Amino acid sequence: MIDVIIIGGGIAGMEAACTLHDFGFEIIILEKDKHLGGHLQNWDTLFPTKRNASEVLDHYVKEVQKRSITVYLNTDVTSVTKQDNGSFEINTSREVVFKCKTVLMTTGYDLFNAERKEEYGYKIYDNVITSADLEKLLQTNKGELRSPSGNPIKSVAFVHCVGSRDEKSGNHYCSNVCCVTGVKQAIKMRQLLPEAQVFNFYMDLRMYGAGFEEMYREAQEVWRVQFIRGRLSEVAETIDKRLQVKAEDTLSARPLRMHVDLLVLLVGMEASKATGDFAQSCNLACAQNRFVETADFHIASNKTNVEGLFTAGCAIAPLSVFDTVNHAKAAALTVKEHLRLNN
Amino acid sequence: MEKKPKSTQWALYQKEIADDNYFYGRSCIRQNFFPASEKTFLKILREELGKTVLEDPNHTTCTGIGYHSDVVPFDTTQTVVARQFSLMTGMGLKNMALSCITSFGLYTEILDTWHHFPEQLAKVREMLYKATKREFELPENIAHASDVIYKFRNEIAQKAKYKLINKETGEPLRVVEHIGCHYSKMFPTSGVGGAEFPQVLSGMVEAFGGEIVDYPERRHCCGFGFRNYLVQANRAYSISNTKKKFESMEPFKPDFIITNCPGCPMFLDRWQYAIAEMDGKTYDTQGKGIPVLTYEELAGMVLGYNPWDLGMQMHQIGVETLLDKIGVEYNPDDKYKDIHGNQLPVPECPSSLMGKLKTV
Repeated sequence: MIDVIIIGGGIAGMEAACTLHDFGFEIIILEKDKHLGGHLQNWDTLFPTKRNASEVLDHYVKEVQKRSITVYLNTDVTSVTKQDNGSFEINTSREVVFKCKTVLMTTGYDLFNAERKEEYGYKIYDNVITSADLEKLLQTNKGELRSPSGNPIKSVAFVHCVGSRDEKSGNHYCSNVCCVTGVKQAIKMRQLLPEAQVFNFYMDLRMYGAGFEEMYREAQEVWRVQFIRGRLSEVAETIDKRLQVKAEDTLSARPLRMHVDLLVLLVGMEASKATGDFAQSCNLACAQNRFVETADFHIASNKTNVEGLFTAGCAIAPLSVFDTVNHAKAAALTVKEHLRLNN
Repeated sequence: MEKKPKSTQWALYQKEIADDNYFYGRSCIRQNFFPASEKTFLKILREELGKTVLEDPNHTTCTGIGYHSDVVPFDTTQTVVARQFSLMTGMGLKNMALSCITSFGLYTEILDTWHHFPEQLAKVREMLYKATKREFELPENIAHASDVIYKFRNEIAQKAKYKLINKETGEPLRVVEHIGCHYSKMFPTSGVGGAEFPQVLSGMVEAFGGEIVDYPERRHCCGFGFRNYLVQANRAYSISNTKKKFESMEPFKPDFIITNCPGCPMFLDRWQYAIAEMDGKTYDTQGKGIPVLTYEELAGMVLGYNPWDLGMQMHQIGVETLLDKIGVEYNPDDKYKDIHGNQLPVPECPSSLMGKLKTV
């Protein structure tokens, strides 16, 4: 029987797979996409170093390939059921039923659907995009960066906390990485478009990680990004496809109206729909925010309420790449300990 | 990035609108501002669509203007609205159709209050009974009258004599829709299409053959804003709000404006005159202003009713440019005649809005 089946071939899944393989266990990765890498495939650069995301992605894919770890791509997990002997059976979109001693869920997250914040006009107005769209745009863009409607970009606004800390969208939690992503992307826009004005509308900036605060200072001091404390109330399109945005500058306590060529919505993370789809089949407990509930947040954050079913990465909460990789390494150690005690 | 039509947003906010047997609540001010609109609503519902719509002459103000101007306490307002419900109950009806947006918003707010605070409902029942010996049931369905026209827009379109098409160019007329603030900004789920992209008027316009103009200040207040106008010292604020809207819609060259609130057509219509007198500025291409219609006037116009029976002669901005674009038949000589055909005094021509002054 397979020692560990890892559900999700993002960076958490790949990191854990490599570590567990090196411990001597037999591993299978089940990935719903046609490639390994998860959301990282669509990211241009990573904070705070601004290195290419592809460097990290390529590293992990090569590590998995080097170890000849079995990977099933295009495989949707439909149910995970625990057997009387403590093992697991996994049903998928494939005909074969996978059997294993333990399961590690690294199912990651879904991006918040910005259409739900209708006042921002995502997918209604051409030049409203999400932070994920911008990463893709930066990945593929050659030459002068233009707005989706083809206009030169003279001003850009970023909106923080889209779908995070937001009662309307039902997400009370902070998505952790959007603040610093907004700072990183704002700097990138100033680098690419030195003449453009860049504004970041924020509630408060949570620069919690190493190097984050420094990047925030760099954005202001070197790149002259303007940070405005206030949320947008509405977005509308002008006849020349620019965007009129309204907000309140809460530091000066004044309403504000401006026109920009590009509006970037820093979308938050939501619990992966894939997790929810099979959580019920194995009685997996999810928290109120719909992410997987860990057995003990401080001392057993890789364990779940189901013995032998472990988790890592953004399945439990929004995490950065840095935190995801570390959490995955910790998961590998936790799984190893479990297998040692139960074999 | 795949771009979706706005209707995908509207689809998130659909409301149930009763299809017959309405208790009709009139507005305090609409019969003065646009005197035939409510009559036209009743005519369309009763004669064109065969619906039952009842009124009670004891129906009063809902106190909405006083409430939003901070001169009527909420307990009083709730009790007055409870009395309207008792009139509806007395007629054996359960569906309300309200002419006024502010009444609609207020009724929605009160029902929501009673839903969350049932003790408040009990208190109001007691107050109403002590004051009037009246009792009431809660309505099963509350619609604004524009919701009702929206619901039957396709039936009206089938009976229509005219389409919102420019007869010269064959192009759809470009229409600005202006939704009253109290329609769905407070309770998005109570309006067709929600607060951001309401469908109630745009749905009518599209059903009648027109095209909606989405301009940057679409959601902005018409300028009434209650205290912005009711307090005389604030009126500059009122007109500056209206001016902001017109400046925003001007580049889109709308053919006319449609509204669903008592105050909005009044202010969008009259303030155009005031701005033209003050600045010599108009926002259309002919220097005559942009006609502003109520939704009942729009429905009556496409059905082929005589514009002067619809009360369109009461508009400050003449509607003739619009009627001519569509090809609506009308007799200009009848514009200022009473219902018996007697000539009434003809108002003095404004110095602007006649196409004489050049636009700034």
